[in-house]
Amino acid sequence: MEGRGRLKVFLGAAPGVGKTYEMLMQGRQRRLDGVDAVIGVVETHGRVETDLLTKSFEKIPKRRLPYKGHVLAEMDLDAILQRKPKLVLVDELAHTNAPGSRHPKRHMDVEEILSAGIDVYTTLNVQHLESLNDVVARITGVRVRETVPDSILDRADDVELIDLTPEDLIQRLKEGKVYVPEQAERAIGSYFMPGNLTALRELALRRTAQRVDAQMVDYMRAHAIQGPWEASERVLVCISERPSAASLVRYGRRLADRLRASWTAIYVETSRAQRLSEDERDRVAAALRLAEQLGGQAVTVPATATADGVIDYAHANNFTHIVVASQQRSRWWEMLRSSAAHEVIRRAGDVSVHVVPDRQTEEVTEERDSPRPNAVPTRRLDPVAYGSSAAMVAGALLVGLALQRTLGLSDVALVFLTAVLASAVTYGLWPALFAALISVLAYNFFFLPPLYTFTIADPANVLALITYAIIAVIASNLTASVRAQATVARQRAKMTEDLYLFARKLAGVIQLDDLLWATAHQIAQMLHLRVVLLLPEGESVEVRAGFPPEDLLDDADLAAAKWTWQHAQAAGRGADTLPGAKRLFLPMKTGRGTVGVIGLDKDEPGPLLSPDQRRLLDALSDQAALAIERINLVGDVDRTRLAVETERLRNALLTSISHDLRTPLASILGSATSLMTYRKSLDEKAQDELIGMIKNEAERLNRFIANLLDMTRLESGAVQPKSEAVDISDVVGSALQRAATVLEQRKVDLEIATDLPMAQADPVLVEQVLFNLLDNAAKYTPPSATVRITARGDAGRIVLQVLDDGAGLPEDARERIFDKFYRVKAGDTQRAGTGLGLAIGRGFVEAMGGTITAGNRQDRSGAVFTITLPALEPVAKELQA
Amino acid sequence: MSALRVLVVDDEPPIRRLLRTSFGAQGYQVTEAEDGATALAELKRGATDLVVLDLGLPDMDGFAVIESVRGSGSAVPIVVLSSRDDEAGKVRALDLGADDYVTKPFSVDELMARVRAALRHRLQAQGTPPLFRSGDLTVDLVRRIVTSRGAEVKLSPREYDLLRLLVLHAGKVLTHKFAMREVWGAATDVQYLRVYIRSLRQKIEADPERPVHIQTEQGVGYRLRVQD
Repeated sequence: MEGRGRLKVFLGAAPGVGKTYEMLMQGRQRRLDGVDAVIGVVETHGRVETDLLTKSFEKIPKRRLPYKGHVLAEMDLDAILQRKPKLVLVDELAHTNAPGSRHPKRHMDVEEILSAGIDVYTTLNVQHLESLNDVVARITGVRVRETVPDSILDRADDVELIDLTPEDLIQRLKEGKVYVPEQAERAIGSYFMPGNLTALRELALRRTAQRVDAQMVDYMRAHAIQGPWEASERVLVCISERPSAASLVRYGRRLADRLRASWTAIYVETSRAQRLSEDERDRVAAALRLAEQLGGQAVTVPATATADGVIDYAHANNFTHIVVASQQRSRWWEMLRSSAAHEVIRRAGDVSVHVVPDRQTEEVTEERDSPRPNAVPTRRLDPVAYGSSAAMVAGALLVGLALQRTLGLSDVALVFLTAVLASAVTYGLWPALFAALISVLAYNFFFLPPLYTFTIADPANVLALITYAIIAVIASNLTASVRAQATVARQRAKMTEDLYLFARKLAGVIQLDDLLWATAHQIAQMLHLRVVLLLPEGESVEVRAGFPPEDLLDDADLAAAKWTWQHAQAAGRGADTLPGAKRLFLPMKTGRGTVGVIGLDKDEPGPLLSPDQRRLLDALSDQAALAIERINLVGDVDRTRLAVETERLRNALLTSISHDLRTPLASILGSATSLMTYRKSLDEKAQDELIGMIKNEAERLNRFIANLLDMTRLESGAVQPKSEAVDISDVVGSALQRAATVLEQRKVDLEIATDLPMAQADPVLVEQVLFNLLDNAAKYTPPSATVRITARGDAGRIVLQVLDDGAGLPEDARERIFDKFYRVKAGDTQRAGTGLGLAIGRGFVEAMGGTITAGNRQDRSGAVFTITLPALEPVAKELQA
Repeated sequence: MSALRVLVVDDEPPIRRLLRTSFGAQGYQVTEAEDGATALAELKRGATDLVVLDLGLPDMDGFAVIESVRGSGSAVPIVVLSSRDDEAGKVRALDLGADDYVTKPFSVDELMARVRAALRHRLQAQGTPPLFRSGDLTVDLVRRIVTSRGAEVKLSPREYDLLRLLVLHAGKVLTHKFAMREVWGAATDVQYLRVYIRSLRQKIEADPERPVHIQTEQGVGYRLRVQD
């Protein structure tokens, strides 16, 4: 990959084979070749030769973390990234970092270093490989909890096996040249047995050989070399909630490796899934996650029976191998109910089935990584269900007693059976079994002689009672499982419908904030979690929505969210990175990249999401991500359009300024120079004309600059209209006075209602708007024209109109004339306007809470501009006193 | 009587040159100052009859100059040069004691009219002539008789008070605040003032929509025009 550092792994079978030494030797060689190689972390454990070797390197100082009163020293990831050497040496890849580090595992640190384009040399013992973990534990009797995913080794650019014969290793051990951690000392005797070492060595050799093999195959494929390629094999691993799930997954991975096959772990969700305990659910989730970590796929499918789900999925997806666990059950049980494994074998057809013994014992010794303090039990004793079931049986008892004269004993049993079935349908298996039990007792007590005792006289009745009990149990079982099926189906249907509705909701949303809110709400509701959504803001991310509303994250959460955003990977609670954060953060991805981050948390400890919920979340998150991207794209298009429009305006502005400033300046300069040079030869009339020209053009220039200033003030938001009483006739008067020069000899008719209320506005702005309208009228009418100004009150508004008798407005220009720099094409004889006057007019009027529209006169040709302004309630009391 | 002395305070040389020429042509004697400190020093000498003051000066703003002049007890007439969009600034300058203002860019005849009105008002300050006459309007301040177009006009007491105030400051702009304080004794709603101005106009103007006597300075106040 371009820009990614190269990884070389020094793989050993056991501690003490000399991996670190070899790594340092090769690192030194690289240094001598001029490569900038530094030590990120190397544990020499006081071995002299190794110690000496490290002396020639620059060492990145370790980071010190306070932890429970101690100070722990860890590799300083940030310092390495900042130092940015060409090559960094990182010992013990499987190391687990101290709590509070960015990543819980060192191999994740290495991953980040590689991503930064830095080469890494690292060391690894074969026992730490995830897929070999079981095998090694079985060979040596010591389970190693520090594991690394096999994918690291697969992706390594080079793997070098550091091989030492068991005899040599034992020799070294005796010489004290092998460092053994204190806590492992008790196991040392058994661990370093020649047999164990031989087995480990073989494992390491095989694993390396496998890699070489894979490289060879890749090479041959890449170079189109014909080979005996088999049709690609596919392995399906059926996991269950039993403790063996994880080792089954590891077995599947090894099988797939040997077969060079792709593989998938499948969990079939039957009605039983509803009744799993929290621990069992965790195991399923963990096994599915493990499969993904080991490079496989993980799927969950719903089905009535495990075998159905597995076989259907395998056939539909062309799997060639199925791995199932065998269950240790009694022969009796086998006769009653065929196990899933048997069922799979029976129906597998062409598919090979591998049955792996269910080795529960081995897992017992395994410690849980994080013991969960107070797991919530899923199933509680529901007193209502049991009480009601008892009531149903009591009802049946009454009916039985009432009818016992007309009915036979067997018919009474049917009445009880009805109650048991009703309980099964309503409350499920356990209350129904309870009902069955008390009905057996009641049947015996009330109906089987001797009555009112729990003893039975007639052997035939004993048989009848047993028959009844068996029927009741089987019937409740069947009915309850039908009920559970129906519940699962209903839940799935509800989920599907919710997803569909959510998709439809998102499709209709235009505002980003609405979308985010809807998404947060939906996720919170469907998954019963607290949700925050974060979108990029500059370099980092920022909370944009939350349900329940939340806008503050603490620093740890923010760091995790940022990391998620930058690396498009999960971080925070329960994730591999920054697990100390309160929330789990997941990236929202689309095909084009990450658009945002979802943060989740809930009050209860333990995993936030079951695999099912995780999948549901993925579906919701994908939909939301696409919708966010859609809105972002619309925003981009809008911004582009805006940029084009801005560009157009800038051009218009430049044209306008160059034209409207230069024209009057040309007249002024021309007149002035003409007067200077030719004054003597000009008669008085010509001189007056030139002087008048200078004055008029200077005034025009002044108006243009005033317009530019007004526009600038409007656009910068500096126009803050006063709101005071404005006498419209007063404003009309002062506007007319100002406009006298531009109107020249045009006649002005006024028609102002005598009872006109005052307007609530800013008199200066109203005058300016009126002036601009009069200026506009003067531009588009001949000097002989008549301009009419009317003003009247209308339902709490002042309606002010300016009408001219010119040619009127082109129909398509009625709105556009209020755009900046838009000018109606005027005849050659008329002066063009600046294209600003009306835009300013609209800006001012709207700032005062009024409206301005343009149209054509109905009674004759000519334009009409209509302004409305809010009228003021008169403070009439004292007036005219 | 010796020529009246005008102090022109403006940092722009072209404006000073224009004013020097224009005032010189009208027979005034012109002194120039390019900043506030120079202007105040010149005024201390006490030989100035009128100040033309630009509000934007390099060392201090024009308001500070007005405050300083009025603070020192001087009543020298001050005509302010201000920019167009600064109604608030105009009002502030007037309230601080400036006599009038002209908006840049200005025509010289407009400036001269303001200067004449300001000077006249100072000269009349001791004794107002009892009869005011402008165009078709006469106001007899002694007998309280107002005639317009040859006929006597009946005014309410408030209307008369307002007109009298305008006459006493004829040619000068009166801010809303000043007018309201003088007539009503306190600053009330500007709406009252507008209503009274409108009714006054209806009684004394030939065409109240195009008034020739009482003119509106939008956003600042009113001015009674003096016609010959």
